Amino acid sequence: MIDKTKERVDLGKIANKYRDGKAGVISLLQEINLQYGYLPEEALKLAAKKLDVPLIQVYSVATFYTAFSLRPRGRHLINVCLGTACFVRGGTRIVEKLERELGIKAGRTTEDLKFSLETVHCLGCCSLAPVMRIDKDTYGRLRQEKVPQILKRYK
Amino acid sequence: MKIKDQKDLEKLKVKGLDSLYPKAMKINVGLATCGIATGAQAVFESIVKEIQKQGIDAVVSKTGCLGFCQKEPLVDVWQPDSARIIYCEMNPEKARDLVNELAQGKTRREWALCKLEEEEFIIEGTKRKYSITGKNGKDIPLYQELPFYKKQKKIVLRNCGFINPDNIEEYIARGGYFTLARVLSNLKEEQVIEEIKNSGLRGRGGAGFPTGVKWKFCRDAPGDMKYIICNADEGDPGAYMDRSILEGDPHSVLEGMVIGAYAIGSHEGYIYVRNEYPLAYQSVKQAIEQAEEYGLLGENILNSGFNFEIRISQGAGAFVCGEETALLASIEGRIGEPRPRPPFPAERGLWDKPTNINNVKTWANIPVIIARGADWYSKMGTAKSKGTMVFSLVGKINNTGLVEVPMGIKLREMIYDIGGGIPEGKKFKAVQTGGPSGGCIPSELADLEVDYEKLTQAGSMMGSGGMVVMDEDTCMVNVAKYFLNFTRDESCGKCTPCREGIKRMLEILDDISKGKAEEKDLELLESLAKVVKDASLCALGGTAPNPVLTTLRYFRNEYEAHIKDKKCPAHICPDLIRYSISKEKCTGCGLCLKECPQKAISGEKKKPHSIDKNKCIKCGICYEVCKFDAVEID
Repeated sequence: MIDKTKERVDLGKIANKYRDGKAGVISLLQEINLQYGYLPEEALKLAAKKLDVPLIQVYSVATFYTAFSLRPRGRHLINVCLGTACFVRGGTRIVEKLERELGIKAGRTTEDLKFSLETVHCLGCCSLAPVMRIDKDTYGRLRQEKVPQILKRYK
Repeated sequence: MKIKDQKDLEKLKVKGLDSLYPKAMKINVGLATCGIATGAQAVFESIVKEIQKQGIDAVVSKTGCLGFCQKEPLVDVWQPDSARIIYCEMNPEKARDLVNELAQGKTRREWALCKLEEEEFIIEGTKRKYSITGKNGKDIPLYQELPFYKKQKKIVLRNCGFINPDNIEEYIARGGYFTLARVLSNLKEEQVIEEIKNSGLRGRGGAGFPTGVKWKFCRDAPGDMKYIICNADEGDPGAYMDRSILEGDPHSVLEGMVIGAYAIGSHEGYIYVRNEYPLAYQSVKQAIEQAEEYGLLGENILNSGFNFEIRISQGAGAFVCGEETALLASIEGRIGEPRPRPPFPAERGLWDKPTNINNVKTWANIPVIIARGADWYSKMGTAKSKGTMVFSLVGKINNTGLVEVPMGIKLREMIYDIGGGIPEGKKFKAVQTGGPSGGCIPSELADLEVDYEKLTQAGSMMGSGGMVVMDEDTCMVNVAKYFLNFTRDESCGKCTPCREGIKRMLEILDDISKGKAEEKDLELLESLAKVVKDASLCALGGTAPNPVLTTLRYFRNEYEAHIKDKKCPAHICPDLIRYSISKEKCTGCGLCLKECPQKAISGEKKKPHSIDKNKCIKCGICYEVCKFDAVEID
């Protein structure tokens, strides 16, 4: 879990870089999201204060864009591509396989906070479909039976 | 250093040429996202390690994507006395062995994809012939004779795979920024606009609005403060050329933007890069810093007195932000909700100032058009669609990759000549263009000449160039459902026809795919489609019904099979299929039994297995792993 005191200090540091009002909302949330993997409630309040915009506006941005999450994400973020090329080549089956392997539905995080499983509309690696990205690693030409071995690398 | 004039550029060009063609051997590894995904980074490291170990005099460098993604990782080797040989499907071991062979003055013929004996410098309109004295690679096919490359004409992708995108001097060496220098010193703003107008260039982002006309609107709009935007929110699933350009040749986009800014009278620009492209973001960021350092961006560009700066805005994962008014809202830090047009952004755009927005490919075209002239450019293409178009040829096709061809090429040529046909000898069924706004074009229309008009007439659209090929194993009801699922998820929810209409259409499609629909539901689906199309606020909703309408137009019998016969002819929709194991073909190897997540498969070793239909969840893994085609679907 995140150390609350550390969290406040770091958040302050990130937020101090953005003082250009409204336009900074997305960039600021991006940085917080990058740091923590999600947007803690405190962060939203602090962002609203720093940028001098209503909390509701920060909240609307935080819930509109799929890159942001209000729930803590796992240590490893799995993004399965469901772009058209991946869909045509069986991407949906890869999602279902991961759901069974991890015991969670897409959009959720495992109880031990190890993995978050999400789907994304195109990672731009269409020639290697079906594709998934775990953290910064991209895996192409997937097949259902390859999934367990790949997951093992992250345990 | 700040570049002041053409002379300074010439000096850097010499440096760049030395870097492109050094005195020693040069090994280039394609390190765009698609290369890295197939292990190119490990290949790169393996080459560096082996070269150091052996003490070979060679330069190892990175490049962008050569387009033939199917064959990644690609490694090309240039030597002062031989042809440039491109090796494909490399891995760290092969790369190590290749370096060994090269050290002894040999090649590995069987790993070679093709060779180049000359390179086209499209900006200058020249060809640079290599001096070939050695015998290496004599029997390797030429790049321009390879079916995949033969019909291509690389204008937008001119530098991708040929330069190191991190090295601005290599971009300059191939004619980069010379056009900008000429524009700033010799051309009037109106002349630039006139040239772009005459070239017939149309927006490469989807709608195909004439670029020169758009620029003129923005130039003529009242106000001192104007903005230029590059829309790099490449959201269409199945299209990734913008990513490839930004990763492989970011300066071509920057140069286009500065020329556009000069013509329109803008001093501030933005590149809006989508969140899913971290490498492209880094590449653009670095290119901007370099261009600023060299005085090609910022104040007093090339000593001309013209100022222009570019900032990057990163998306946060919303397809609708590709729509220009939603994109503007997102740059302003708000949620990406579109607003009605007019007023168009040319009148009232970013922070209510006149704004010109173009796609990545449109910007990358600009330097070439100005350098070679409108006449030269407009000779390529069809009557109303000029120049070339970059397509991402993906899906059920043998040669996947990025393909740049003159407009007007036939679908058949794309699929069979360039794409090499459908894998496993399956039947070509349809090709999907235009992303979620486009449609599915059936195999009967294979002779269609691809341009803006012809695609629209066929019920689809050009979009940003995605071309997803589908074979007989693709269910068209499922495809329509997929796209509506996509647009339902990505609808911003502001207007009712899009928010509610798509959802209701999806419910009907869901019923059809489950065998629960009646014939009259098709009429309802069609009338709902019409309402969503006519009444939605922006193009997302306005075009969302297209995948449904085109599949209904060309594949109505498939819908009817789901409804009347309760069958899915492509064997895809889970509720309408059943898996079973052929007693004749099954060898009892037990592979399916091991993989089945439901323990629905039973049978003794070496004896035919069977599936318990009550336990089966139709995940299809038995079908995928069976080596004897013993698992059957009906």
